[in-house]
Amino acid sequence: MSLPSYIPQDFKSDQYVRWCPGCGNFAILNAIYKALAEVGVSPAQTAVISGIGCSSRLSYYMNTYGFHTIHGRATAIATGVKVANPALSVWQFTGDGDCLAIGGNHFIHALRRNIDINIVLHNNEIYGLTKGQFSPTSPKGLVTKSSPFGTIERPFKPADLIFGAGGTFFARTVDVDIPTSVEVMVEAAKHHGTSVVEVLQNCVIFNDGAYKAISTKELRIENTILLKQGEPMLFGKNQEKGLVLDGFNLKTVMIGKNGITEHDVLIHDATTPDFFLHQRLAAMTGPDLPIAMGVIRNVSEPTYDEELVNQIHEVQSNSSVKTFEDLLESIDSWEI
Amino acid sequence: MTKSNKIIELEQVVVRFSGDSGDGMQLTGTLFSNLSAILGNEISTFPDYPAEIRAPHGTLDGVSGFQVHLGSQKIMTPGDKADVLVVMNPAALKANVHEIKPGGVIMYDENTFNTAGFQKAGFETENPFVELGLKDVQLLSVPLTEMTKLSLGGSAFDSKAAVRSKNMFALGLVCWLFNRPIDKAQDFLTKKFSKKPEILRANIKVLVDGYHYGNNIHAAVSTYRIGKSNIEKGRYTSINGNKAVAYGLIAAAQKAGLQLFLGSYPITPASDIMHELAARKDIGVRVIQSEDEIAGISTAIGASFAGNLAVTSTSGPGLALKSEAIGLAVMAELPLVIVDVQRGGPSTGLPTKTEQADLLQALYGRNGESPLVVVAASTPDNCFDYAYMAAKIAIEHVTPVILLTDGFIANGTALWKLPSLNDYPAIEPPRAIVDSSEWKPYLRDPEKLNRYWMMPGTEGFMHRIGGLEKHCITGEISTDPVNHQKMVDVRRMKVEKVADFIPLLTIYGNEESDTLLVGWGSTYGHLRSAVDELRESGKKIALAHFNYILPLPRNTNEVLSRYSKIIVCELNGGQFATYLRSQIQGVTFQQYNKVQGQPFEVEELVTYVSAFL
Repeated sequence: MSLPSYIPQDFKSDQYVRWCPGCGNFAILNAIYKALAEVGVSPAQTAVISGIGCSSRLSYYMNTYGFHTIHGRATAIATGVKVANPALSVWQFTGDGDCLAIGGNHFIHALRRNIDINIVLHNNEIYGLTKGQFSPTSPKGLVTKSSPFGTIERPFKPADLIFGAGGTFFARTVDVDIPTSVEVMVEAAKHHGTSVVEVLQNCVIFNDGAYKAISTKELRIENTILLKQGEPMLFGKNQEKGLVLDGFNLKTVMIGKNGITEHDVLIHDATTPDFFLHQRLAAMTGPDLPIAMGVIRNVSEPTYDEELVNQIHEVQSNSSVKTFEDLLESIDSWEI
Repeated sequence: MTKSNKIIELEQVVVRFSGDSGDGMQLTGTLFSNLSAILGNEISTFPDYPAEIRAPHGTLDGVSGFQVHLGSQKIMTPGDKADVLVVMNPAALKANVHEIKPGGVIMYDENTFNTAGFQKAGFETENPFVELGLKDVQLLSVPLTEMTKLSLGGSAFDSKAAVRSKNMFALGLVCWLFNRPIDKAQDFLTKKFSKKPEILRANIKVLVDGYHYGNNIHAAVSTYRIGKSNIEKGRYTSINGNKAVAYGLIAAAQKAGLQLFLGSYPITPASDIMHELAARKDIGVRVIQSEDEIAGISTAIGASFAGNLAVTSTSGPGLALKSEAIGLAVMAELPLVIVDVQRGGPSTGLPTKTEQADLLQALYGRNGESPLVVVAASTPDNCFDYAYMAAKIAIEHVTPVILLTDGFIANGTALWKLPSLNDYPAIEPPRAIVDSSEWKPYLRDPEKLNRYWMMPGTEGFMHRIGGLEKHCITGEISTDPVNHQKMVDVRRMKVEKVADFIPLLTIYGNEESDTLLVGWGSTYGHLRSAVDELRESGKKIALAHFNYILPLPRNTNEVLSRYSKIIVCELNGGQFATYLRSQIQGVTFQQYNKVQGQPFEVEELVTYVSAFL
């Protein structure tokens, strides 16, 4: 028997998509349609949960079960959906404000529990829907409506929160790079546990050009490294640049110079539980080091929903209490 | 001081155990009340404990009490004042000086009634009874600490560990005082300490010695015998409100054929609901102890979207934190039960004390026009019924329901006849009655106005819901002014329609009287006892007690209009009276309010109401 197969169109709802022309979310949405078709879970078995913000409108554009909820709480709501019905494929679409400011607490605790949901974090480093305030990921000094003299706040790096909270899956892509987005979303779907895909997203209205350095294919070849499991960390037009460890830090080297060969370059291992190198990779911001793309961390740990179901089964196999009536039988009671 | 030495036959008696919060008073009280229930008495209990887990030893702050009212007649409250007060130290005496009836018995541990004990309790003299002006009481001085040490002399316990069992010596003595055989108490202890055989042996030894001590010394106080109750035959247990809520939810989920989900964050005095449900993995209950109150309700909303009977439990401060998410459940129209075990407020307030001051928060505490159903339980045992009904209404009308209980009935216990689910109404989740090609997420049942609850995993019914205003049928985002008005109206009407499915308001007492007491929730026992007492003294008085708050029973206006004097009695500043004034036309409501963190006393109600009669 062959499994039913899906095309991106199957995941597309009939709703008019209301983002600003040129918004990075269009590309992300297209990547999601393609990724979900490739994952192959039926739209009826897929639940899309979102909070509030530009990116969170996405649930309306999916021909799945969708729930556009309230600001910051999508992670907790997605957690409830998954625990109530672990058979569902649960996706959360969220922004840097929704996920890391008002929703920060739910985000870190989902990661700590390793509940099997897929979180796509649209990081445009700005509040778009409220018309242009700095966000927890805005770079220090960014001039916005609420920081007219430049923000004095230090930004979060989402990856640091994820690793610190015990996250088991982290991948990064950029909105315009649809093939990489599809690839990492598919990997996120396959991962058991909380997966986070950070999509660097351009806000054409309030923070245009935040990711200019990686906005074209040519720029990405020079300024990013697409990490692949088990492969050497090489980048550049002719794969002439590589990453090595220099003390506690990563360093870019040129293959063939100073006696460096391809064998000196680090091999990517997303599956190692220790997140030291994952953190160093995720922290690379250029210009001397490339921005890391692809699956940076992908570690296998028991998930909350599996553990819960297992515990229920274990307790059930050792208990004679199956129903409310059994429960009444089991408590202290007496005839009057 | 009067002295007597006789057996007094009683219809009812109130016993209060009081000591340090580490003295085991809650256990002692629970054992004694269960024991009495097994012997055929009706019971009502009320624990009164401090917020501190272990306040400084021997101080007033650390006094923990447990009151039990038992009798052969319908026992509706834990009783106002104690016939027998057991105090483990001078602080407990001082804290309870106003809780003893004239002529009552005070049994105290003479080994703690020393200079150090008096100082810790803030006494200025060496005679606390005189200092407190206690005259008309019978004193029973017992060397509880010394006797307990002697009882366990030669056992493996050092004397410090041995002293911890002195509550069992007190229990033995109280069993003697009330002519209770102690073998049942031994059964309870055996169950409780089955994994700690040494502690079990010690406790039983001390319990038996305490009982014999009373027998042997023929203490010069009255002993009591309480007749059996003639309540309906059947199988009974004693249950507190939190446990009854948990059981009611389990029963409702089973009846509806749904999985039960609880998302909750620890908070006094509601946590026991979570404890009870977390222990029921055998029945398949799924519980998330969430990272905060908001996540508690958010996980529940997610579970409801996914098709579970979803519940969140909390107390006042937690209800405040959940407000926005409750609004989402109203807007998205999802079944959800929110249990608010009220406590003294505002803010952190009095976490371990009782109050009814979250009513207006439950009714109105959200942004926008945000109607939902509010139900209140009124006794520890009917917490089962109203949890069941809250779940039934939530599921069948596809709406959030707030169930209000409070610290008094949540921790207090009553006798509960084990129910048969056959006696409870069916719960039928409303599923789409049309084919998926015709179905829209906001199509409504014409009778109840609920939308249909279709969950992820169902082929063909994919749809999107959310917190934005939506088109009245398709659920698509809509900012159309007329559509918004329509949706606001239909959400209100849906809640109003619930009134067609709840019982009418009934009157207890003299229907034809001029004066009507009105109450809601946990004050029922006190109000009814006050009405009984007034009627026994020849007065004519009626009581209307509300369990369904929003919507009110259909006949509320008609019933209340029959009375010329209406006194709304509640443990807050007058919130239900305020609500009734907004709902009922042409009726004047007077108020009797108390906000002391304590339940009413029957006598204060009788005194207050008598002035109107």
